Amino acid sequence: MAAPPAAYKDRHFLAVIGDEDSVTGLLLAGIGHVTPPPDAQKNFLVVDAKTETATIEQAFDRYTHDRKDIAILLINQHIAERIRHRVDTYTDAFPAVLEIPSKEHPYDPEKDSVLRRVRRLFGE
Amino acid sequence: MSGAGDREAVFPTRQSLGLMKNKLKGAETGHSLLKRKSEALTKRFREITRRIDEAKRKMGRVMQIAAFSLAEVTYAVGGDIGYQIQESAKAARFRVRTKQENVSGVFLPQFESYTTEGNNDFGLTGLGKGGQQVQRCRETYARAVETLVELASLQTAFVILDEVIKVVNRRVNAIEHVIIPRTENTIKYINSELDELDREEFYRLKKVKNNKQRDNAAAEQEELGKRRGSDKENEDDTGTPDVLGEREDNDVIF
Repeated sequence: MAAPPAAYKDRHFLAVIGDEDSVTGLLLAGIGHVTPPPDAQKNFLVVDAKTETATIEQAFDRYTHDRKDIAILLINQHIAERIRHRVDTYTDAFPAVLEIPSKEHPYDPEKDSVLRRVRRLFGE
Repeated sequence: MSGAGDREAVFPTRQSLGLMKNKLKGAETGHSLLKRKSEALTKRFREITRRIDEAKRKMGRVMQIAAFSLAEVTYAVGGDIGYQIQESAKAARFRVRTKQENVSGVFLPQFESYTTEGNNDFGLTGLGKGGQQVQRCRETYARAVETLVELASLQTAFVILDEVIKVVNRRVNAIEHVIIPRTENTIKYINSELDELDREEFYRLKKVKNNKQRDNAAAEQEELGKRRGSDKENEDDTGTPDVLGEREDNDVIF
């Protein structure tokens, strides 16, 4: 019933999809990681108003499906809102997807996919 | 439940009756165990959801403070440091490791954050000015990320528990509403068949006994009849002449 250890034992890193300020702050905390060349992959994506939704979706898929070393994916709530469908249909335990507030967009518990599930379970 | 229709395909014998009775007992034990497990998990689940709610609110506050300290940095450094930081990020200093926690047979992973010492990608950030603010901002964000990691493990536990509880409840319901009634039906069926067989057997024995009695009676009758007949014959045979009787003897002529 429990997930096999192989599913999470190599997961050490956190990944971020966020606006510039959030990414900068989290990188300052030291979560940034770039895999060694040749395929240098960053574990963070900076999203601004010009970033296309397809790029965000691609990054989301890469962090949730392709990379096996990410334990937690942090995503700004207003960005999650842009790919809400993807975030809501994602139900796997690993990596855990966490919606975080950004500077301009204060945290809204009503939009969070997990909190909405909590609400639904308790019939509110 | 369609009454007697829903039962297992077994032959109505005493052996399968015993098997079914064992099965019913097992199903009942399993049902009570699973029910208890489900209750324990649900209790845990509710606790986790409550903590998630709290942690999410706490995260909102912590991230606000962190964003503010980043604004301080931008102000002190006098320019945007985002680009510089993104370029100088090489290896993660802040990592997580996962360990397991066992809740009534369910392994819930937990993230634990740790920092690898000795590599610092941002040694030169804020060297000119604002170094103190950068340092403070790093600490604030490190605390914020710790909160996030805590929240992430709660959330993972939530997802896994949700799934496990669904599975356990499905099993409880399957045992309660399918397996137990079906086994009971099977037992009822076997019992009725065995009773039927018993009645048949009893009737057969009675019939056999009746037949035997009748035969015996007939044989006795016959025997009796025969004996009576032979008695009469015997009476006929007893006509030996009484030499000393009144009957006149024939004269003897020489």
